[in-house]
Amino acid sequence: MNKQDFLARLREGLSGLPQDDLKERLTFYDEMIDDRMEDGLSEEAALAEIGPVEEVVSQIVAEIPFTKLVKEKMKPKQRLQAWEIVLLILGFPVWFPLLIAFFAIFLSVYIVIWTVIISLWAVEVSFIAGSLGGIAGGVLSIFKGNGLKGLIMISAGIVLAGLAIFLFFGCRAATKGAVILTKKIALGIKVLFIGKESAR
Amino acid sequence: MDIQLKRGLLDVCVLAAIKNEDSYGYKIIKDMKPYIELSESTLYTILKRLETADMLTVRSVEHGGRLRKYYHITDAGARRIEDFKKEWHEIMSVYQFVTKEDHQNE
Repeated sequence: MNKQDFLARLREGLSGLPQDDLKERLTFYDEMIDDRMEDGLSEEAALAEIGPVEEVVSQIVAEIPFTKLVKEKMKPKQRLQAWEIVLLILGFPVWFPLLIAFFAIFLSVYIVIWTVIISLWAVEVSFIAGSLGGIAGGVLSIFKGNGLKGLIMISAGIVLAGLAIFLFFGCRAATKGAVILTKKIALGIKVLFIGKESAR
Repeated sequence: MDIQLKRGLLDVCVLAAIKNEDSYGYKIIKDMKPYIELSESTLYTILKRLETADMLTVRSVEHGGRLRKYYHITDAGARRIEDFKKEWHEIMSVYQFVTKEDHQNE
């Protein structure tokens, strides 16, 4: 891949940005590559230092606030015609529920992810409660003279405690994963907003 | 490092990189490299932010048959560096307080 390929693919990835912003960013990367080559690097080495295009695109996208993207998208390219306004108002019963459905879908994806996490932690809590209860109940049984029952309860409690310790690490890893997944989804939506216009 | 803290530090670092003489993108990254790693996209965002805040000005200079953007620090930018130095004293005293608490709890 040479510089021109890199810049072309960058343009494609960021085509949803406002024209002047996009142009300025491309000039910036153009200069960055040229300066590296002037510093003695080969074209490939200069591009390698800057990193893969996809990574550069997602870094840039991640740094642009979501509200700015939406505002840019919502801004009409030219002033709305009278008939367009009429159409917007008449079409309200159609597009408004669609808009709500769109956000509801993303909201439900978030809820599904976090429900799994919450239920994992609920199992963890019940394991801990079960182990404490088992050990306490077992001790109580032994004092009451029911030694065998007590021992079984205590050992069940210890098993549950062991499971709880194992599950704790699982829960923690799953929570971390969910946080990363949530961020990835947010980034994905943003890329959807920025990159889709290349087809036009 | 905490993102908010890093963002504030990087702003001042970039200003410091153009404090003594006007500089350009790649040189700023190269000058900062021994101290803090900076990606192109981050630098772009910082330069934009500082330009909007009137802490630096940009001019294009012809260089070897192409244009190169040079960044020049403004008075407001120089003041930001001075403010940072003052703030740093406060941060250091907070740091001393935090580490002192550590010792008392041991």
